[in-house]
This record gives sequence, structure tokens and C-alpha cells, in this order.
Amino acid sequence: MQEARTARALPLDDLKRIVGERNVLWRAEDVMLYEYDGLSAHATPAAVVFPSTTAEVSKVVALAVRTGLPVVARGAGTGLSGGAVLTEDGLVLGFSRMNKILEIDLENQRARVQPGVVNLDLSLAVSDAGYYYAPDPSSQKACTLGGNVAENAGGPHTLASGVTTNHVLGLEAVLADGSVVHTGSACWDHPGYDLTGLLTGSEGTLAIVTEITVRLCRKPEAVKTLLAIYDAVPDATRTVASITARGITPAALEMMDGFTLRAVEEATHAGYPMDSAAVLLIELEGLSEVVDEEAGHIECACLENHAREVRRARSAEERDLLWRGRKNAFGALGRVTPNYYVQDGVIPRTRLPEIMEFMEDVGRRYRLRLGNIFHAGDGNLHPLLLYDKRDPDQCRRVTQASAEIIARCVELGGSITGEHGVGIEKNELMPLLFSEDDLALMRRVKAIFNPEGRLNPGKLLPTGKMCGELRVQASAGG
Amino acid sequence: MRQESPSRPSGYGPGEAPRWEDYSKCIQCGLCLNSCPTYRVLGHEMDSPRGRIYQMIQVERGRLALGDSFVRHMDLCLDCRSCETACPSGVHYGRLIEAARGQIERSYHRGPGATFLRRLFFRELLPYPSRLRAVGKLMSLYQRSGLEQFVLASRLLKVLPANVEKAARLAPRVENPFFRVGTVTPAIGTRRYRVAFLSGCIANLAFARLNEATVRVLARNGCEVVVPKDQGCCGALCVHAGLRDLARAMAVRNIRAFAREPFDAIVTNSAGCGSVLKEYPGLFEHGSQEHLAAAELFSARVKDVTEFLAGAELNTGLAPQRVRATYQDPCHLLHAQRIRKAPRQLIGAVPGIELIEMKEPDICCGSAGVYNVLHPEMAAPLLAAKMRRVDETGAELIVTANTGCLLQMRAGVAASSNPRRRVLHVVELLDEAYRQA
Ligand SMILES: Cc1cc2nc3c(=O)[nH]c(=O)nc-3n(C[C@H](O)[C@H](O)[C@H](O)COP(=O)(O)OP(=O)(O)OC[C@H]3O[C@@H](n4cnc5c(N)ncnc54)[C@H](O)[C@@H]3O)c2cc1C
Ligand code: SF4
Ligand code: SF4
Repeated sequence: MQEARTARALPLDDLKRIVGERNVLWRAEDVMLYEYDGLSAHATPAAVVFPSTTAEVSKVVALAVRTGLPVVARGAGTGLSGGAVLTEDGLVLGFSRMNKILEIDLENQRARVQPGVVNLDLSLAVSDAGYYYAPDPSSQKACTLGGNVAENAGGPHTLASGVTTNHVLGLEAVLADGSVVHTGSACWDHPGYDLTGLLTGSEGTLAIVTEITVRLCRKPEAVKTLLAIYDAVPDATRTVASITARGITPAALEMMDGFTLRAVEEATHAGYPMDSAAVLLIELEGLSEVVDEEAGHIECACLENHAREVRRARSAEERDLLWRGRKNAFGALGRVTPNYYVQDGVIPRTRLPEIMEFMEDVGRRYRLRLGNIFHAGDGNLHPLLLYDKRDPDQCRRVTQASAEIIARCVELGGSITGEHGVGIEKNELMPLLFSEDDLALMRRVKAIFNPEGRLNPGKLLPTGKMCGELRVQASAGG
Repeated sequence: MRQESPSRPSGYGPGEAPRWEDYSKCIQCGLCLNSCPTYRVLGHEMDSPRGRIYQMIQVERGRLALGDSFVRHMDLCLDCRSCETACPSGVHYGRLIEAARGQIERSYHRGPGATFLRRLFFRELLPYPSRLRAVGKLMSLYQRSGLEQFVLASRLLKVLPANVEKAARLAPRVENPFFRVGTVTPAIGTRRYRVAFLSGCIANLAFARLNEATVRVLARNGCEVVVPKDQGCCGALCVHAGLRDLARAMAVRNIRAFAREPFDAIVTNSAGCGSVLKEYPGLFEHGSQEHLAAAELFSARVKDVTEFLAGAELNTGLAPQRVRATYQDPCHLLHAQRIRKAPRQLIGAVPGIELIEMKEPDICCGSAGVYNVLHPEMAAPLLAAKMRRVDETGAELIVTANTGCLLQMRAGVAASSNPRRRVLHVVELLDEAYRQA
């Protein structure tokens, strides 16, 4: 939260000429609302600009380059790695007004959208016709498709349907010099380098996305949701491996521990058992008969691993309620703690029992309470570390504990982030995962797209300013 | 890791202010953004729930002045509490905004015109049923004599502040005769309950027929209905406007008026009133224990009419209504009172009705008390979006459960391509079906 503005001239009049007076924020009392995202608060932008067309985006970027101001794109600001905040003085390009669905082409199962469209709004728009947009981050009721593309967002259902990149067919993007390019095509395969794949997940450091063509999926004929309830955490983690060992890939396979569960239940009254140690939320999709058969197998796998009970959701309403509980799980912990820090590590799912034990140990050693929610099917962990940021000692302990957990994930053959991205949170940790040569290649790619580092500076790649540190940031919410 | 920066003196004055216990629950996840009507229209963080809470915190920290900008964004909030439903973290946003508005009311000067009008409306008119009736009589005369058409068509109102003209155009039709208080209506058939009906303040004039229908429907469901004479305005408009002292006075009067006997329920047909009635204890948290206890006793008995009827065994002597209907969730029923099923269950009990859910039935229609008068630039696009959702269902009947929503939806229908569509309160629908049976 820097108060004094650096001396870089702000081309306010030019910005107003490009997007219109009403679409530029620059007063201190307004721009301070853009110093945070879902992770924390940082530098206050000099101005926030709301373009409504690609041409406007292009002109703003060109202007920013001429005046030497960094540019950061912002969708809904739900990101959890500080991607949408500035690390220095600069401009924020807000996409909340570029939120039109431009074209829905059901025959070819695709839609063309502006980046500010909210993930769930796209599904809502095509739901009557029996379609939906598959990637379903837990934040889907608020986050934008532009943010999803930038973070290559995933969700509970990515186990079967893949992450964002598997659903993006083509992009229109503005490059760091203001030029407009198109990648991919409306077809499922196209010649040349896969630039769409390169831009997806680049966290706004290579280009600003101005239009997205996505794949739409048909709603499955049948959906079955099971809730397996356990009295011991290891039983739940072992079940995960034995389900996949049976050759079944559920559409979603989520785990929550008892501590988290109780907060979730209080928040949503979804009917989660208050006295269990862990639950698995398992969803199957497909043809009715197949789904029925698989549900039987899964029930066996759960019971073999000492599940106390396996429930089946009896109605769409019950299913929605269970999912609402799961998708609101992070927030539900906000009820029991002033602050929490969500980690986002990945491990091979076969190592789940090990990492759970490790985390328990970390919690003990650092005297911290941990909640655990994860996409068990793909080994994507979300330990939540509870603390009160008014206490500096707790802050320090959270940072160290998180760093240990992430390091352990890498040791077990996993990764430093599953879906929340690197941003400014984990860029200094990239060397844990990549060799100097790997990183050098990434830097060369970045140099082609963003040679002066105008777009989203200080993110994704190590800056070299800090060494191997996790930058946990307290959320600014008080 | 950054720790708290040292605070400057708080920008709030003495008295109730947004509390740490409430705002620290906000983890800034942003999940509430797309549920917030003002964010959906403006796309600004300042006009989002997360942003409003952030501004409240910055005032507390002395980083933001309790001045024009802060007031503008707090004013623009509809207090629809859609963000509370969306919020996974259990933030009691209503408490926060109401406290912030209390602070604004105490320490911010709105200029002579607005101060005069607010004073006139809130302090000189609302608390006095007799004055309201007198104004109602004048308005009725004005509306029936043709004078209204003349005034609205003329440029007479242009000399007054802009809001007065808008208010004149949106003013509810006064319904003659006014609803009578101080009555007892016997149950039809066996008496199963003795309930008290809180009939509202302006509603007694502008929704007299709805109030009568409510009493009839209750009576047909075994209720003896008492309408206590000395009741008054519930105070909702005052709470939303930050006039907490006045709201407390109104609460005290109502608590007294309804404490005469232990009614089975205190029923209201207005979701806006109901949510405030259920939250009376919040007004007395800092006051005497005695008031607090009385408020708790009172609030525990308050039931929205749909909630009450859905919980009682419904008299099913309802004539079939062959119509396609859709239901609009009133914000203060759904978000503030968490009542979603009851009204749908009652509509579903009417034979022949085809209930088609509209998309996003839980987004505000823009009515929000007097909001549509004060902020038409925001209310208009919300209503337009709502009418598009209604159109998609092909419904000929819009059912809702709150007076403000009725007015707003009727305005929407009147301006639409199909002005013959009807807009009814759930109890009006039931009343018609009972009467035709
Ligand atoms: C409670 C909660 C649950 C979450 N659950 C999940 C989950 O299950 N899975 C998951 O993957 N994530 C999850 N997230 C993280 C977050 O919601 C996602 O990363 C989401 O994709 C961010 O979208 P956004 O619109 O909020 O983007 P923002 O936060 O605004 O931005 C994120 C990044 O995208 C860039 N960006 C935004 N728009 C553009 C554009 N048009 N062009 C180029 N770059 C752009 C920004 O610069 C920034 O780097 C969760 C977050 C919260 C708070
Ligand atoms: S009460 Fe309604 S208008 Fe106000 S912040 Fe919450 S959602 Fe937005
Ligand atoms: S959803 Fe709740 S916790 Fe999240 S930003 Fe909104 S108010 Fe804060």
C-alpha cells in the first residue's frame, strides 16, 4: 500500500480520450480499491481503465508502453496468487465492462466471448439448450473467463474434463506493443505452434486477452453424487487410489477433512456429517447404466477402506447443496478464523496418505490449525492455514509452515501450484521445480512477447530480488 | 509477510460504527461480486460488497475520509443483502452497511435541500400514522382529480429538486378506503391460531387491498387476526437510511403494541418490514438489557406471511388458476430472511398453475424501499434486466412477496411490450383462488 506516487507522468487526458471520461478511475479514493485481489493488497494503481473494445485495449497498451507504465489486466480479482495487483506504479485494465457473450454456436459446440464474462454466466446462457462450460473453479460464480484463461483455472470436475486449456479453442490478444493477434481457430485442431496453449496459463505476462473462443460441452445424461463418510483420514486418502485402481475416473473426487467440514456445514447446512474425520465427495457422469455400475464399484471401494457410510444424493437439489458446501469451503473457514492462507500444492495422488501425515506434523510443530480441502482425484491440495494477522509471530509461523509443505510436495514428485497460479506469491519458488535451463527458456519466450516487462511485471518468473522465498501475504480484510 | 500497518485515528465519530468482529470476516475472496446488483451495472470495485467493506475499513484506519466519495458508494448500495447469500465467510453485510450509514447520518452534511427532505419524510411523516393518512387523503384527491396527470404533464415539477419530480412519478397509487387498524377478524372454521398482523405504514394507504387480502387468507387458514391499533412504521426505511435513533423509537412502540398478549405469530406481508422486525435486537445491542430482551421476544415471533402459511396446514380449498407464472424472490425475504421455499410451495399449492423459474430470480429488481426514487439511474437497468428474465419464461403472471417489488414489477410490466401481464403478491394469488372456489 504505497501512499506516495512515483513521479511517472500519468497520461490521464489520453486515457480519457481513448475509453471515455467515465471509464477512467484515478482519484485516490477510487484507485485504492484496486490495490487488492483475493490474495492480498499491494501497490495502488495510478489509474484503472475500463475498455469496452479490443481497439481500446490496444490503444491503452500502446499508450502505456509510450509512457513507460506497467499494465495489469484484471478480471474479477478473485485470484489467489496476487496476479491482478501491481507491484509498482502502473495501470490496471479492468475487464468488467467487456463482459458480452459475442456468439453462441451450439451446432459446433462453441462460444465466442469477451474476457469479462463470468464463468457461470456462460453456462447459464447455454443451459436451457442442454450445454455447459466445463471448467468449474470454485469461484465460478464470480471469476471471469479472462482470469480463467490467464490462470489456466481448474475445478473439481477437471479430473475428467480437464483444465481451462482443454476448453479454449482460440484467442484474440493484444501484445505488449499494442498489436492485435489471433491464435488457434474455431476448429479443434489447427496447424502451426500452439500459441493458444502458450498464452493460456501465462498469467497476463505475455499478452492481454480480448476475446476467447471456448468449447461447450453437452450436459451428461446421468449424474450421480456420492458422499463417503470416514472416521479416519488415512481411510479416505487410501480410497482415492483404490478407486482409480479399479479403472474408474470419476468426474470429480474431492476430499474435505472434519475440521473444514464442520465450518462448511455451519455455512451451508448441506447435510455434511458434523462428527466425521473426513469425507469424499465423488461424482460420476455419463450414460445412466454405466454410471449406476460405477457407483456400485465405488461404494465397494469406499466400504473396503472402512467408510462409515456411503450416501447417494437423491435429488438435484441435494446434489447442488453438497456442491455449494464444497465450493464455499474456503470462505466457510473465514467464519472461524480472522485470516487464513490457502496453499495450492500438487502431489501424485498415490502419495496422499504421506502428505496428510506430513501436514499434520507441520501443524503440530508450528502450533497452527490446518484445514484440508482438496481435489483428491488429481492430487491438488489446498491446506488452509488459520491465523490472525494482527499477531506477527503467527504470520511468521504460517509462512514457514507453508514453505515446508510446498517443498515437500515438490520432493514427492509434485508441483508448487495446481490452479491458483504463481503470480507474486510463488515466483521465487520456481527454481524448486525448474532447472536454470528451463527457466532460461521461459525467459526467452517472455522476451519475445513482453520484452520490456510492461505486461504484469514482477510475476510468474523469479525476479532474483528474493531468494527461494514464499511470499505469503496477509489478506487485507482487517 | 506484511503485518498491519500502524493505524491513524479512526475516521468514524462516536456511536455505532462498522465493527472489527463483522468486517474482519471478509476475506476478500470476491465471490460476492457478481451477485451484487450495483457491481453488475457499474463494474466498479467501489460499488461491490467487497469494495464497500474495504472502504469501511479504510475509514476506520483513517486512510479514507468519511466524505463525498464514501457516502456516494454507501448510498448506492441497495441493502439487498444478496452479498450475504453469496458470501461463504458469513459476513453480516447488513450490519456493516447499517452501521456505516448511521455514522454518515451523524457526521456527514448532505446540504440543505436533502437534509430538509429527509427530515420531512423520516422525522415528520413516517412516525405519525395520522399525518400519513392526511397526506394519503391529499394524494388520493390529487391522483383522482386529474390534477396528477396535469402536474406530471406540465413542467411545474421542474422547479423542484430533481428527486421530487422522480418521486412524484414513482409515487404509489393511494387505495381508497385505507386499511383499518384496531380490528379483530375471526377465524373461518375452527380457530387454530391467534395472530397479530403488522400492516405497515405507507402500506395501509397504498396497499390497503393487499392488507385486506392478507387478513382474509389468514382467516381462511384458521387464524383469528388481530391488527393492533397503536402499531406504527416498522422502521425499515430508517434503518436503511442510518437513522438508528428513530428506528429504535419505532421499534419500542411496536414491541409495546404487540406485547399485549402472546400471539402465536406476528405476521407481515412485507419482506422489507419482516427482515427489520426480525432484526430488532440488533438495534438494542448497546442499550438496556430490558429493551434487548423484549426485542428478542418480539423478533422470535415475527413471521413472513408466506413462512407462516407454509408452516401451517394450508387450507387447500383453492380454485384452479390456469396460468403460467414466475416468481421473483424479494431480496429481503430471500437474502435477509433466507426464505426461498415457502412462497414457491404456496404457489405450487394452487391447482393448475404452471410455475416457470426465471433465471437469476435472486437478483434485485431495483425497488429496494425508496431506492428507485433516489437512484433511478441504477434502478432502471436493474428493472430492465429483470423484465428480460421474466420475458424468457413466457409467464403471464409475476408473483412476488413484497410491496416494493410489487410496485417495481408493475412499473416494469406497464412499460413492457406486454402490459397486460399481472403482478400479484403470493397472498393475493391465494385470496383470488379461495374466493373463486
Ligand atoms: C474462494 C476461491 C476459490 C477458488 N477456487 C479456484 C478453483 O477451484 N480453481 C482455480 O483454478 N482457481 C480458483 N480460485 C482462484 C481464482 O478464482 C482463479 O484464478 C480465477 O481464474 C481468477 O479469475 P479472475 O477473473 O478473478 O481473475 P483476476 O484475479 O482478476 O486475475 C487473475 C490473473 O489473470 C490475469 N488476467 C485477467 N484477465 C485477463 C485478460 N483479459 N488477459 C490477460 N490476463 C488477464 C490477471 O492479470 C491476473 O494475473 C479460487 C479463488 C477463490 C477466492
Ligand atoms: S447489499 Fe446488495 S447492493 Fe449492497 S453491497 Fe450487498 S449485494 Fe451489493
Ligand atoms: S464473499 Fe464475503 S468474504 Fe468474500 S469478498 Fe464478499 S463479503 Fe468478503
